[in-house]
Amino acid sequence: MALSLDTLVDAKAGTVSRELFVSQELFDLEQEHLFSRAWLFVGHESMVPDPDDYFVSRMGTDSVILTRDRQNQIQVLLNSCAHRGMKLCRQDQGNTRAFSCPYHGWTFTTDGKLSSIPGALTGVPGLNKHYHGELDLASWGLRRVARLVNFKGTIWATWDPDAPDFDEYLGDMKLYLDSALDHRDGSPGGSEMIAGVQKWRIGTNWKIIAENFNGDLYHDISHRSVDSIGIGPGGKGRRDATPQRTSISFKHFGHGVIGRAPYQDEEPYKPLFANHPEVEDYYRGLYDKRQTLLGGKMKVLHSVGGVFPNVAIHGRQPRTIGVFHPISPTETEMWRIFLVDKDAPQAVKDAHRHYYLRYSGPGGMTESDDTENWTYATQSCKGSIARRTPFNYQMGVGHAQPIPGLRGAVTTGEFTEENNRNYYKRWAQFVRGLSWDELMAASRAEQGA
Amino acid sequence: MSTVLRQDTDAQLADLLLLNSVEQFYYEQSDLLDARDYEGWLDTLDERIRYWMPIARNVQSRSLADEYTRPEMDAAWFDEGIETLRQRVEQFRTGMHWAEEPVSRVAHLVTNVRIREVRDDGDGNRWVRTRSRFLIYQNRLETETTLFVGKRDDTLVETPGGWKVRQRAIFLDQSVLLGKALTVFF
Repeated sequence: MALSLDTLVDAKAGTVSRELFVSQELFDLEQEHLFSRAWLFVGHESMVPDPDDYFVSRMGTDSVILTRDRQNQIQVLLNSCAHRGMKLCRQDQGNTRAFSCPYHGWTFTTDGKLSSIPGALTGVPGLNKHYHGELDLASWGLRRVARLVNFKGTIWATWDPDAPDFDEYLGDMKLYLDSALDHRDGSPGGSEMIAGVQKWRIGTNWKIIAENFNGDLYHDISHRSVDSIGIGPGGKGRRDATPQRTSISFKHFGHGVIGRAPYQDEEPYKPLFANHPEVEDYYRGLYDKRQTLLGGKMKVLHSVGGVFPNVAIHGRQPRTIGVFHPISPTETEMWRIFLVDKDAPQAVKDAHRHYYLRYSGPGGMTESDDTENWTYATQSCKGSIARRTPFNYQMGVGHAQPIPGLRGAVTTGEFTEENNRNYYKRWAQFVRGLSWDELMAASRAEQGA
Repeated sequence: MSTVLRQDTDAQLADLLLLNSVEQFYYEQSDLLDARDYEGWLDTLDERIRYWMPIARNVQSRSLADEYTRPEMDAAWFDEGIETLRQRVEQFRTGMHWAEEPVSRVAHLVTNVRIREVRDDGDGNRWVRTRSRFLIYQNRLETETTLFVGKRDDTLVETPGGWKVRQRAIFLDQSVLLGKALTVFF
């Protein structure tokens, strides 16, 4: 029986059908209408610092190659031979002038000297003899993304040429992305990823992880064990407090953060990383510079934040990027990438790295307990009776207030499920196959108003 | 150590005894962990332990140097000292470490133990560098089963209380970790 997309998500009533977390039919629709159109996180420029460097990533269920060509342009190509589909690049990373298929030998290049089209087919064994010189090379290059952007080192792409600009797709969530990726002293950019990506499989639906990072402060009990031990960089809890923290939902877009609404005046310096004197010194030293650079300007900060549909960029502690790659309705490959200030002293980078690793990832004392909840929240939805009972997202229904200074953003205070309601509302709009004009109508109307 | 019979039987016997004591130490560690005596396991570690498990990547055969993330600078699965290891044990004891509550059934197998280097620390205590293989079976709840298999490079120091692990480098033979969490000790 076909599922009715109109009733799966009822944001007003605050219910979401469990079919979203177990149904193969919905999973296929997500691939067709969401992952093939939305802006997706692909990687970080520091994965491909030099020409011919490549890094294999994923966009939805597709494998893609992130590469820097000889003209220093970043490219994202479908990692599947145009001839018989072989996964061209089976290394995770490396450096190569061309991608040559181990099956029949078709060779694709990103060198602009050989071809002006990135991923062009330039080598076909037996082109003249077996194909009689009749193969149309120009039509059989690697599929490449329609658009890509480098946003302060992070690479994002979409397969859809009609997708709106990345800036418009983000809305004012962009401010929080800026804040996460800017130097801690407030200068633009200035962050880098620590080399190496944690990748691991979790028996959960990818959206369960996404909603967790879109703004779910309510799951505190998940982390009571680490809170009581004190794994945070200040020696207490699991992170230093975010001042004036609230849950913010970008209601038209499905993005959400736990952080601070735009503010002008910085509070007096409060020690960060108090248990690590060299890091505390570092932040103390940056405080004045930050005041000079940003004093009087509007600024934001956040701990946790999700960009629709499947990435989270955390701005403070731990400062990381999480990606939730869909594998099947009930399996996700999660990635964690860790960020630090590029020019920070090595001791500062090390202290951050140690903290990130004891907090995040499968070995993280915080995230390991999340994986238990995500897994068994998903697995228990497989039951035929369980499937008929929706999830409850009713916290704070009808109490959302607009946030001055942020377009289309609302808050209901710290504890709310408004972020999740809007996330699933956005999900339903995509999966129903709405056009970009329809998808962007609400935010455009608000901006025009 | 060569398997060829040597003339110097005393030296050969000493080597065997050393190997045997290291193997027995590993079996003791396994027993402690599998019996969930995590505090007992902590006592087998040196206060200055470096416990490191890099991430493996798929690389071309000519780029094997890039196979594992680099020590002291890159991401890893674990990179920590005694303080964090103690916190992990504390977390077990809270009764609210949900990834281990209810607790897993775990069996640690250590094999292929070789002594690669022996030296004296100057105070009459021996340091040994060893290489071994591990196979760790974890089963929890009903069907959740994870196998961790790989190589382990240790530096052990001899103390009046027996061997202590000073360094443990754990090379897991997986690039994408095929388990939801790393809540076992290696």
